Amino acid sequence: MAAEDKETSKNAGPGAASDAGKRTATDSPVEATADSPEEATADSPEEAAPQMLTVASSPHVRSGESTSRIMWTVFACLLPAAGWSVYLFGMKAAIVLATCTGGAVVIESLVQYFTRGRTSVQDGSAALTGLLLALTLPPGASVVICLVGAFVGVVVAKAVFGGLGHNPFNPALTARVFLLIAFPGPMTRWPIPLQALADKPQKLYGQSTSWLDAAGRSLDFANAKTGAALHSLAAKVDVITAATPLAVAKEHWKRGTGELTTYSDYFVGSMPGSLGEVSVILLLLGAAVLLIRGYISWHIPVSFLLGVIVMAGLTHLANPTRYMDPIFHLLTGGVIIGAFFMATDYVTSPTYPLGMVIFGLGCGLLTMIIRLWGGFPEGVSFAILIMNACTPIIERYTRPTRYGLKPWAEPEAS
Amino acid sequence: MSVSFKGGIHPDYEKELSSGAAIEDLPPPERAVVHLSQHIGAPAKAAVKKKQQVQKGEVLGEAAGFVSVPVHAPISGKVVEIALHLHPFGSLQEAVVIESDGEDQWCELPPETRPESLSADEIKDRIRDAGIVGLGGAAFPTHVKLSPPPDKTIDTILLNAAECEPYLTADDRLMQEEPERVLSGFLALRKVLGAKDAVIGIEENKPEAMGAMEKAVGKVDGVRVARLHVKYPQGGEKQLIDAILGREVPTGGLPMDCGVVVQNVATCAAVDDAVRFGRPLISRVTTVTGQGVASPVNLRGRVGTPVQAFIDAAGGFRGNPGRVVLGGPMMGGAIHTTDTPVIKSTGGVLVLTPEELPPAEFDACIRCGRCVRACPIHLCPNEMGNYCEVEMWDQLEGLNVGDCIECGCCAFSCPANRPLVQFFRYAKLWIRQQAALAKAAQSQDDN
Repeated sequence: MAAEDKETSKNAGPGAASDAGKRTATDSPVEATADSPEEATADSPEEAAPQMLTVASSPHVRSGESTSRIMWTVFACLLPAAGWSVYLFGMKAAIVLATCTGGAVVIESLVQYFTRGRTSVQDGSAALTGLLLALTLPPGASVVICLVGAFVGVVVAKAVFGGLGHNPFNPALTARVFLLIAFPGPMTRWPIPLQALADKPQKLYGQSTSWLDAAGRSLDFANAKTGAALHSLAAKVDVITAATPLAVAKEHWKRGTGELTTYSDYFVGSMPGSLGEVSVILLLLGAAVLLIRGYISWHIPVSFLLGVIVMAGLTHLANPTRYMDPIFHLLTGGVIIGAFFMATDYVTSPTYPLGMVIFGLGCGLLTMIIRLWGGFPEGVSFAILIMNACTPIIERYTRPTRYGLKPWAEPEAS
Repeated sequence: MSVSFKGGIHPDYEKELSSGAAIEDLPPPERAVVHLSQHIGAPAKAAVKKKQQVQKGEVLGEAAGFVSVPVHAPISGKVVEIALHLHPFGSLQEAVVIESDGEDQWCELPPETRPESLSADEIKDRIRDAGIVGLGGAAFPTHVKLSPPPDKTIDTILLNAAECEPYLTADDRLMQEEPERVLSGFLALRKVLGAKDAVIGIEENKPEAMGAMEKAVGKVDGVRVARLHVKYPQGGEKQLIDAILGREVPTGGLPMDCGVVVQNVATCAAVDDAVRFGRPLISRVTTVTGQGVASPVNLRGRVGTPVQAFIDAAGGFRGNPGRVVLGGPMMGGAIHTTDTPVIKSTGGVLVLTPEELPPAEFDACIRCGRCVRACPIHLCPNEMGNYCEVEMWDQLEGLNVGDCIECGCCAFSCPANRPLVQFFRYAKLWIRQQAALAKAAQSQDDN
């Protein structure tokens, strides 16, 4: 239905002219061959049939940027982080990544086939949605969960609204929140990174959680030096899970239990968490590429992080024993992937600079409110979705001031 | 240090294709199709009859009102026809067709004089009688710009030498080869306006032209050369004023509303001809360029010459022409046949190859905001485009489509290839039609 509407609108007005332009544009070389201009002028011009050239509205040149190039570039910028998650979590992560991404692409193709829609699966948006979704899931998420998520992201969050460009909410995050509600158990079961077990066993299953400590010792993870040995060990157990640092932190101030890993671990991802939470450095690397190439602007990420820092800083100063410090909040959970890759989604965030800053600050503040006082340990997804809902109204009130309103005082005649 | 404005884009300039080619004279055409509508405002009224013999420079059409200028014979010969002919803007318009007698004889011209000896009003009369219009592309009658209402003081006159359109090098060459002529015309215009300051704004990618103009200016009092950052549309009147003076032309107003008048390089050269020699505007420098012509050139051609003659002078087409554009690639208009005659404002003939053409298909807006950052008027092309696409005209209110200068920055930068400029032209047309309907309804009520 939505696709039909779009089709109709494109046939009206300038759209129709443009479609006609396309037809002649492809035909023109043939016409030109049939009536070469040199011939026409060499002979008498009156006799030769006039050569008809394609006309179209200016501008006649383009920047060469395209939707698909943008999408695939963002996709590529996420790959290092995705690769790192496979290194950390092994095959489980690879299956989640492949199922979500592949599932999203297949589902998008089906939607396109059944609606005869114009949105092309090659534009990369479905693959990107799938990859982003995978990065928000726990490494052990089942194939069913991944496929349901891909369906919700591509169909429920995007296609029913009219496809790419028309969805009000971030498709990947909508899917993640749906899964969190539908599968609360599996969605909060966080395996311990295998590599972390090998590298720093004492830190992850050291003093406090004795059953984990025992499991780690009995399986002899610490002595499995090679990846193959590690993976064969991992095959012996279904999964060793632990709480994410954010969950630990929440428990920590509630009951005074739980041990936290160190900041350097957060940076390289030696901690339990979703695929995209565990590789701050590589996410920042990808984000840097996007920033340098101008694919995202600084406004949303910086104001997002600022919102987190301010809230975390104030609460930490007020009560350091109960509230964690800003660095902890920046490095754990989905703040980095959220601020640089989710909140910056073009379609669902404001386009004007002031609006972007408001949006980013809102995301940061809401994230912290949910983390500190909400029912969930993590609030990035909810915060971004709530701000997505605010985007149209933010947009309406933050339009740039147009040229021509600056007053000019005529100089006094002297 | 260079100055600029906020917004804009950095297209591939491709100036080096033709910037090294010195200006050559294109031989006068055998047959000239001279449009009576060569400017913004009322078309000239035909002042000659069929079969009448005319000399070069003779008036073919007289100004029809204040915002109008006369049109002159570009060649000597016989008027063979006064009929509808294809206009570069795409419609059929009334034109005087002259067949050359091969003599190329000037008619009797006003006596040669020195601009310094003429009064401001005399200069203005000569400019109007010479049929001079803004040669930067808009073709607004120059004498109208020189006649601000008495309550407006003009303190600054700007020479628009930015030539920010990609490919075009006509102004660049003119400044390099004839800087004195350009400056003399510019100073004559300053005299008419009584402006205190005169600034020549040149983009940094034209160092030779800048050097030539700086040398020509020398110690002339109150004239300076301003270096402009290379960015499109730096040569847009509003952007130029913002960059050099930090002033903004009030919405819906003219540069004179903030004390400025802007004139183009080619216009100044034409003004010098008119003031010094009494010569009407019948020729101008046109850049013939693009990957689609064999050897790009800068040609001084007569008004009314068919575009094909310009292309032949550039060695003809190279391969199959994809699109022929009169003007630059950002704001120029495509023509469907090279039989189209050039008019006073044709500063470029650009031939694009089929491979260079942008795709005609477009996708939904992904709200990336590139158009918003590119818009030099700081409008919201994304929102405007979305509403135009589905003809939700009421939603356009408050988005100020009318302020759009159609520079093309938004469409250029759009990754979804949306025809934004086309949308906005469509919207403006609709708004004009609504206004006309409202006016008609009003007058019916009054009766």
